[in-house]
Amino acid sequence: MDATVTNTTSEGKTWGGGNKPLKASYGKLMMWFFILSDGLSFSGFLAAYGFSRFKFIDAWPIADEVFTHVPFTHESYPMIYVAFMTFVLIMSSVTMVLAVDAGHHMKKNKVIIYMFLTIIGGAVFVGSQAWEWATFIKGDYGAVETKGGKILQFLNTDGERVALADFAATLPGERVQHESKNGIWYDSEKALPTYTIDEVKAGFAANPDLLIRIQTLTAKGEKTILSREESLLRLNRDAVGVVEGANLKHNEYGTPLFADFFFFITGFHGFHVFSGVLINLIIFFNVVLGTYERRGHYEMVEKVGLYWHFVDLVWVFVFTFFYLV
Amino acid sequence: MAHEHKLEIFRGLLKFKSNITKIWGVLIILSIVTIIEVWLGIIKPEFLTEGRFMRMKLLNWVFILLTIFKAYYITWDFMHMRDEVKGLRRAVVWTGIFLILYLVFILLTEGDYIFDVYDTGFQSWDF
Repeated sequence: MDATVTNTTSEGKTWGGGNKPLKASYGKLMMWFFILSDGLSFSGFLAAYGFSRFKFIDAWPIADEVFTHVPFTHESYPMIYVAFMTFVLIMSSVTMVLAVDAGHHMKKNKVIIYMFLTIIGGAVFVGSQAWEWATFIKGDYGAVETKGGKILQFLNTDGERVALADFAATLPGERVQHESKNGIWYDSEKALPTYTIDEVKAGFAANPDLLIRIQTLTAKGEKTILSREESLLRLNRDAVGVVEGANLKHNEYGTPLFADFFFFITGFHGFHVFSGVLINLIIFFNVVLGTYERRGHYEMVEKVGLYWHFVDLVWVFVFTFFYLV
Repeated sequence: MAHEHKLEIFRGLLKFKSNITKIWGVLIILSIVTIIEVWLGIIKPEFLTEGRFMRMKLLNWVFILLTIFKAYYITWDFMHMRDEVKGLRRAVVWTGIFLILYLVFILLTEGDYIFDVYDTGFQSWDF
């Protein structure tokens, strides 16, 4: 009898509740659960990107030739704008930890300021991401797609890229976009490219200092440039369409998979940043209203902080695997 | 509520006076690493792009190592993993690392195999 009683009380100590072996609250543990599983979703995306890239290892677009734009200038600055975005996100992570730290010391006004700065940082990042998308979709120089779905890009003899607009000939043409109001059936087609393939071919033939480069990479990791004869042959034999910019099916920078992964990975991440900004806003208003002051602790700030740092953590990997490697 | 922070980083090489100075210190470290990454990405030193380890450019290995370095400091100091108990730390980090390495190994091996099939097959994919 005695033994049974002792047993029960000792069990009560370990399993009876109120015991925290991980010394973290329920909410924080659940946030870690979520972060781990969400981290695995992102790993799935990035590993799939790696898979596709290894599959086309000798013909993948070179990221620092694709992402060269900086707002308010037309010069080419590879990687600079993405580096700026990375810095903005790390900076907003710092203001977030400072908010958490201020919360630990129950300094309401400091929490308000730091949370506000975090939200601004997040908004700047999402805005920059939207701009990156717009630039990527709009395209740069334009290119030509072959029957096999490969991309041919145009260069001058100095090795500089040449835009379609700089050489495409103007041919009298009758091709107009088919609109739903014209047909018997109420369907319409997508917007037409600025130039037809015949205009590009004619313009290329008329400019003897133009060359074509193909997707295949040389041993040094640069794109293969064809000779003038090969260029003419390739363009006239294989080219079927003009590509300007990128969407999920066509991509002037190279294989369409590159654009697909760009949209899915940075889009999934951007969606996380966007929801992070919203959650931060809710918590920010709660802080302003004094909810956590009355509750006696700022653990909610700590929990959204964990999520916010996670978004930064993911970006560090996206930055490396999409833009650097 | 006591909030104890461990203030030493680099295995005690660098010890900060307060949690706030530690946060700024970590920011400086992360910024320096990011600048090095971007700088390497722009200049692409010859010896790093020529050299290979496990069929991958040394430069890419450098990027991956620097990324893991950054990830460590974000998790340990910004997410306060350094202050959590060992059980929580391992439950999160080891699970993630194991599953990610497994997935990456499988997918990259498969991708490499498919590349070989395309490369050595008697069919041209470039037309």
